[in-house]
Amino acid sequence: MDATILPVIETALLQVSADKGLATARDRLEVMSPQCGFGELGTCCRICYMGPCRIDPFGNGPKTGVCGLTPDAMVARNLLRDTVGGTASHVGHARHVLLTLRDTLKGKAPYQIKGVSKVMSLAKTFDVPTEGREVNDICRDLVNIALEDFGRQDDEQPNNWLSKRAPVAEQALWSKLGLMYSNPHNEIETAMHASSMGNDADPLSLMMRVLKMSLIDGWTGLALCVDLQDILFGVPEIAVTEAAVGVLEENSVNIAAHGHNPVLSEKILEWAEKLEGEALAAGSDGINVVGVCCTGNELSMRHGVKLAAHNSQTELILATGAVDAMVVDIQCIWPQLAQVAKCFDTAFITTDAMVRIPDARHIPFEPHHADESAREIVQTAIEAFRRRRGKPVDIPQLKSTAVAGLSVEAIIDLLSRLDAEDPLKPVLDQVANGNIFGFVGVVGCSSIKFRDNAMTEEMVKHLLRQNVLVLTTGCTAHICAQDGLMTSEATYRYCGEGLRSVLEILGEAAGLGGPLPPVWHMGACVDNSRIVDLMVVLAERLGVKVGQLPAVGSAPELVQEKAVSIGGSFLAMGVSCHIAPAPKVLGGPMVTKLLTEDLQDLLGAVVRVELQPKAAADWMVAHIGEKRAALGI
Amino acid sequence: MEKTVSKTIFTVVENCVACKSCEIACAVEHSCSKTLAGAILETPLPQRRITVEGVGAYSYPSRCQHCSDASCITACPTGAMQRDGNTDAVFSDHDRCIGCWMCVVVCPFGGVTADPVNKKALKCDRCPERTAKGEAPACVSACPTGALLFLTPEEFAAQRRQATAHAAVCGESTTKLNGMDILRSLKGAN
Repeated sequence: MDATILPVIETALLQVSADKGLATARDRLEVMSPQCGFGELGTCCRICYMGPCRIDPFGNGPKTGVCGLTPDAMVARNLLRDTVGGTASHVGHARHVLLTLRDTLKGKAPYQIKGVSKVMSLAKTFDVPTEGREVNDICRDLVNIALEDFGRQDDEQPNNWLSKRAPVAEQALWSKLGLMYSNPHNEIETAMHASSMGNDADPLSLMMRVLKMSLIDGWTGLALCVDLQDILFGVPEIAVTEAAVGVLEENSVNIAAHGHNPVLSEKILEWAEKLEGEALAAGSDGINVVGVCCTGNELSMRHGVKLAAHNSQTELILATGAVDAMVVDIQCIWPQLAQVAKCFDTAFITTDAMVRIPDARHIPFEPHHADESAREIVQTAIEAFRRRRGKPVDIPQLKSTAVAGLSVEAIIDLLSRLDAEDPLKPVLDQVANGNIFGFVGVVGCSSIKFRDNAMTEEMVKHLLRQNVLVLTTGCTAHICAQDGLMTSEATYRYCGEGLRSVLEILGEAAGLGGPLPPVWHMGACVDNSRIVDLMVVLAERLGVKVGQLPAVGSAPELVQEKAVSIGGSFLAMGVSCHIAPAPKVLGGPMVTKLLTEDLQDLLGAVVRVELQPKAAADWMVAHIGEKRAALGI
Repeated sequence: MEKTVSKTIFTVVENCVACKSCEIACAVEHSCSKTLAGAILETPLPQRRITVEGVGAYSYPSRCQHCSDASCITACPTGAMQRDGNTDAVFSDHDRCIGCWMCVVVCPFGGVTADPVNKKALKCDRCPERTAKGEAPACVSACPTGALLFLTPEEFAAQRRQATAHAAVCGESTTKLNGMDILRSLKGAN
């Protein structure tokens, strides 16, 4: 058993809440515990009104649902609906960005095309002519290609973003398994239909739907979304930032941007700069926009904006009393935030019609009137500062520097300084000689169930000692940044000799004045497509499939349905995944065996559950070792 | 007349999955309407007398054991805490209870607590209306996994003896791990 270590930052933040007499998620979890075993096993079916039905795992009570649904089919239906939840979230986000880009090109939304290089690289991918054409014209063609994906009713016609963006070798397998898709909306509808009462009851068929839904998440929810966000807001470049609650400033107008969609947060940042004068006139030192959750990652990737909190710290930073406004868009917004904000002068501002929370102030934000809304939001924050000014705040002075902005383009740009002709060669050489033993994509959420044993940080440190390079996104990126794992110092402190030597060479090439950090910040959770894209270019350069690379995915503190569908998209690529906690499938023995063993034959990937950081890292290192052996390195 | 030991509630701890069906059924049984839809609308809200406690990867539905030599009855200064002559269940007469909490103090199981509404002793009464009709107490009927059983001590012991005998003769069961076993072993490593 690993030691119990509550991270220093969590300890300090919990003390701030305790001092104010505020209950936190930890208290609510304690009241909730023990949690229902049927739910944990996935054998509670609430889909129809003959139910709810529950399967007795010990075989004394019900063995099937009232309709006769088997436990395996029950857990598979529930898992499919979880996956739909995750995929629908990402696809909804992607479509919102797509429509914003469309309206920008029509001159109806006040945004610009900042990622011209992305427009050109995507034009190449989608065979869009560029010779002698305006960037906006090329971009319009790309928008139409994307829009076609959302309107097509002919399911035989493959999805553009899947068929043109995903590697060809994998597509052949997906095609054979019936996983190729056309229109994501149709598939979401089909999955909800198939999993409702009296439809698909074959666990294997349902699990194939899970994989298909995950593939939609990977290539429409993630890849399409990130591609278009890069067009609108620019391709991230390496930037140095800071992370943890200590980035809040007592005498500044602190605006915490929370959620996932940079269509909002980019405008907040823009208007914070424009209204700096008003903030100074209000007696502040200026406006301090800080990033929370994944829209925070978006801002830090493109602008080096400081990161204040990951998801499970969102209510805790409000207890500092120093946040003047927390402005939120979509996904992972706890309703509790509005209640904590009420205890202080914090303006808690919802903006999306889909995310309405009682006791929040709602300032509708949509792209056509982005400037007006963003101005009102920033002015609301300045007003909140006026009320707060002079009142005591309690900001734990803890923060770490962190390198962010490692998009695939930024990584290749860095590598080309070592070998302009063949930029990937230096990395592949180091993988071959074992200095880089392998790669782990650490993704997903921060969970209060796993903060007590610092699951993510400790697991990552075990990996680094064994020369595994860590690529991270989402809230696990926040955790790593806060723990100082995105610094040169971490390379010296935690890495094995081989990995350290590689990072020293790369750091020198980057002109960092020290080694490159051993944990690479690749963005928000939607940016998991960047991790996949990096694996794809490495695999293509080597002439192997992604699944053959010495790479594993890990969601060490899974909370959201999105992490389920992201995990599924990794599996579909042939990349095995470690997850914690256990997925809600253990009540179905066949589904459990499928995920943990039989998927190997189907996709070359399996799921592994380990709840302790060292055990998780050990399994991943062993799995990477097997992949290396198969490659003969 | 031959005196036998009455049926009471036994727990098979390994069968509890913490679904808390027993907690809900108990509160409903002690409501006016005796239906879930009605019970949640009542004022005051009906109170449960059984609580599922978590212990690591396991859970345990905890309540009054209806002891034969019940220290709560001995400790009660007003005679409110008494034994039902027919069922042997220990129950508290609210009219006589003064809320001194001596029963709470002496109960080794935490089986007596305080009713937040009338500030008097609150405990399992083993569902006299149900058992009078030959039904099991509400918690036992609601348990979907057989973690709660309504048996005489002799019947419960006989079940255990049979299981032990079976294991001695046929060897330990080698049935495959079920999902709950896997979940517990994962959590147990924590």
